[in-house]
Amino acid sequence: MATELIAGREITVDEEGFFADPSQWSEDMAEELAKAIGIDELTEDHWKVIRFLRKDFEETGETATIRRVSTMTGISTKQLYQLFPKKPAKKMAYIAGLPKPTGCV
Amino acid sequence: MKRLLVLGAGTAGTMVVNKMSHHLDPNEWEITIVDQEETHYYQPGFLFIPFGIYGRNDVIKPRRDYIPTGVDLIVSEIELIEPENNRVKIAKGDRWLDYDYLVIATGTHPRLDETPGLVDEDGKIPDNVHTFYTLDGAVRLEKFLRKWEGGKLVLNIMEMPFKCPVAPLEFIFLADWWFTEQGIRDKVDLTFVTPLPGAFTKPIAARELGGILEEKNISLVTDFMAERVDPDRNTLVAFDEEEVPYDVLVTVPVNMGADVIGRSGLGDELNHVPVDKHTFVHAKYPNIFALGDAAALPTSKAGSVAHFAVETWTENFLRYIDGLDMKEAFDGHANCFIESGFGKGLLIDFNYDTEPLPGKYPLPGVGPFSLLRESEMNHWGKMLFRWMYWNILLKGKEMPVTSYMTMAGKWS
Repeated sequence: MATELIAGREITVDEEGFFADPSQWSEDMAEELAKAIGIDELTEDHWKVIRFLRKDFEETGETATIRRVSTMTGISTKQLYQLFPKKPAKKMAYIAGLPKPTGCV
Repeated sequence: MKRLLVLGAGTAGTMVVNKMSHHLDPNEWEITIVDQEETHYYQPGFLFIPFGIYGRNDVIKPRRDYIPTGVDLIVSEIELIEPENNRVKIAKGDRWLDYDYLVIATGTHPRLDETPGLVDEDGKIPDNVHTFYTLDGAVRLEKFLRKWEGGKLVLNIMEMPFKCPVAPLEFIFLADWWFTEQGIRDKVDLTFVTPLPGAFTKPIAARELGGILEEKNISLVTDFMAERVDPDRNTLVAFDEEEVPYDVLVTVPVNMGADVIGRSGLGDELNHVPVDKHTFVHAKYPNIFALGDAAALPTSKAGSVAHFAVETWTENFLRYIDGLDMKEAFDGHANCFIESGFGKGLLIDFNYDTEPLPGKYPLPGVGPFSLLRESEMNHWGKMLFRWMYWNILLKGKEMPVTSYMTMAGKWS
């Protein structure tokens, strides 16, 4: 697998650039990851989502779906689309250093 | 006496009581199954109703005919599960049922009310909006299509997960065939709209099935996460403001587990029950299991999955009640015929780790079936399956397929 330099550290990533090992992530990387996908500033709401995703992943071992994030954080799906434009599920996971959400079969 | 209580007498629940009444000693065990309806639906058959291939009577039978003697069937609404007290409240007679082991098999259900604009305040659905995910909806669509003279038909999937993930593709393939038969295919524009990045979830299957859509001249709109339906403008609107106009919308609604799961605090945000993906044991309660569509598992919500799951669960449960460890058994095996129109079909076979691959699916005496390729044989497999469902599968008898996926015949 490929590696990328993020916040000065070498990170293992999959073919689409998602973290292969979520434990390599730390909060100081989020700003840089966000900028890489066109989100220039992380607001309080962004952080609420990122922190929920990290906590939920720790507990369930899965990257939360949009519906789960919306239900658990109280941030509506519409707002999630504004915070993480176009592809919120992928973008949230990317910034939080989590695997790409598995589209259920 | 020990008590096994099963909630839901659909595909999974019915198989469970048939298996268990065979294995468990009636002097030691009481088996009870509860369902809110007298009728058992052959849900895979709903797909064929809009095209007049099956009618209402082809897909319904009395539940009682499939419940073995010695098992108590109670037809009642289920009001509450109290996992701390090992009991379930039912509406009939306002009573509590105690259990030692509980199997939740209450399925997943289409919820039109979850999407703004699909139904008005009185619960009425617009005349040009349809779904084949309920029996009444499928019959209503058949009546509509017989009179329809052409225009833009849009099939959309509201949200993942939903049951029978191949059904929307089958619907649009069959629509292409049916409108050709009616002589109006040139007047019909078919569009397939999905929240997924491709025609199907897994990359190889998405590519193959996407290719078939193209061959059949069916447009594909991907990454479309529908927010609402605007019935005044006949338009489907996504969360990112993208729009797809339609003359007729056939929708696969949001699917949710039973409300009683949510009320009882046993479910996730869609009322599906989180369980171990190999053993089906509830994340919090070691005497509660969820099987079939009711379970929150990273595999398809489909009858074949329910079947393989019940097979492996049965063996495990018989160990469990004797104090033995469960084996990490279930592999997420799914096996689905995909009807593709013009008397042909495809077959896909996959599990948690292996995506659907092309090749041959061996079946002694009848097979092989082609995997991920169209063939007439696959169509007949699908048609024969209805007979197998009622006569072999539901009754918990031996099916000529393995519960675990095998790589035999697959090109990898």
